[in-house]
Order: sequence, then structure tokens, then C-alpha cells
Amino acid sequence: MLKLTEQIYNAIRRHGEETYPHECCGVLLGRSAQDVNEVEDAVRAGNTRTDAAHNRYNIAPQELIGIQRQARERGLDIIGFYHSHPDHPAQWSETDFAEAHWLGCSYVITSVQNGVAQDTNSFLLAGTSEENKAFENEPIEIAVLEAERC
Amino acid sequence: MRIHIPTPLRIYTDKQDTVGVEASTVGEALDALTARHPELRKHLFSEEGKLRAFVNVYLNDEDIRYLPEGEATRVNGKDELSIIPSIAGGR
Ligand SMILES: [Zn+2]
Repeated sequence: MLKLTEQIYNAIRRHGEETYPHECCGVLLGRSAQDVNEVEDAVRAGNTRTDAAHNRYNIAPQELIGIQRQARERGLDIIGFYHSHPDHPAQWSETDFAEAHWLGCSYVITSVQNGVAQDTNSFLLAGTSEENKAFENEPIEIAVLEAERC
Repeated sequence: MRIHIPTPLRIYTDKQDTVGVEASTVGEALDALTARHPELRKHLFSEEGKLRAFVNVYLNDEDIRYLPEGEATRVNGKDELSIIPSIAGGR
């Protein structure tokens, strides 16, 4: 299961709307426990695929190293990634699968139709190696923060 | 020097996110890492012993594939290696 706050959930979806008709991408920081990836923060990343940004994304390793360092300093881990599918369903593609290598991490996809975020789905990259990896549908639990008391 | 391990490979490093090794070159550092955690080897290298295409190893902010001296590049105790599998895809 992927757990995140409504605020983070909305921020991921808004990112896809802002970059439409290009794909957005970003990194989910948080903690992994048994069967749960709990997101504490979503960090926006640049899409280096300026040659085909409408249907491809890639995060520069240098940027990832910075994000990994930032996570470490905050006591968090990289537990997943997100990207958008402009005018395309929120389902993983063959390209997504072939290029997914972070076993145990959540891959979140938001469909953005005509600039408006539609479905958001999460897929856990299960398995123990490149040879037996598989995407599994992963439920998303959105925690609504309690309103602050006056 | 310190080697930073990405989340999916920490099951092979006893959950450690950073492994300290004694090494004078990049290659020695990777050898020391995989000698201590042998299960890591097949996740980082192909059977021919080359770094897998989707595995990026950075010496500080430089991709080791593009270092003029590659794995023979000398390192000191303050240098850091980061192992970062690639993040990409598309619809
Ligand atoms: Zn995709």
C-alpha cells in the first residue's frame, strides 16, 4: 500500500497539470515498512527527455544523487517515483516496466487529459531481481490531515 | 571512502544506507563493497563483469563511465561513491 497525505497527492497531480502536454516526474521520500510505503514528501525533478517529453521521462542521476542526499539528511529514504501520462491512461507501459529498476519502490502514474489530472494509480515494483520483477497494482491510502484546533 | 546504497539494494547490505570501505581507486572500492556483500555483485554487474546498463555509479558528481581513467581513478577518504539505478519511462 502507498500512504500519502492529501496535500502530497494533490501536489503530484498538480505537477502533471503544470507540465502538460509534457510528462512530469518526481521522487517520493518517506519510509518503507512491511507492505506499506509511507510518503513524507514529494520532490519535483526535471524531465531530461526534452527530445520526447510528451511521452518519455528521465531523471538525471546527478539530480537523484542530490535528492538521495537530502533524504538521508532528513532521515528519509527514496521509496518511489511519480510521472504523468499526458492524454493517456494511468497504467504502466512497456517502457515504464523495462526502465523500472527500483525494486520495492512505488511507481505512481497520473493521467492528465487536456491539462486536467484524472486517475492516479500506484504500482509496486515487486520481485527480487531484474529477471523476476513485476508491477503489482498497489492501493493508495490518502490520509486527510486533521484540521488544526482553534 | 563512503559508498551510498540506494533503497532497493539495502537488503544486501544489512539495511545500511552507507558502507565505508578502504580503497585507493574506484574499482577497489567497488571490489571491497562486493567482497563484503557478495549478493550485490549480480545486481550491479553483468556476467561479463561490466556495470549493468541501468546502474549509475557516481564519484562525487561524476559518472564513473565518463572518468578519463574509469575505475582506475584514484580516490581518497573524503570522496563519496553513489550507486543510483536509473529512473525513466514513458507512456
Ligand atoms: Zn509511464
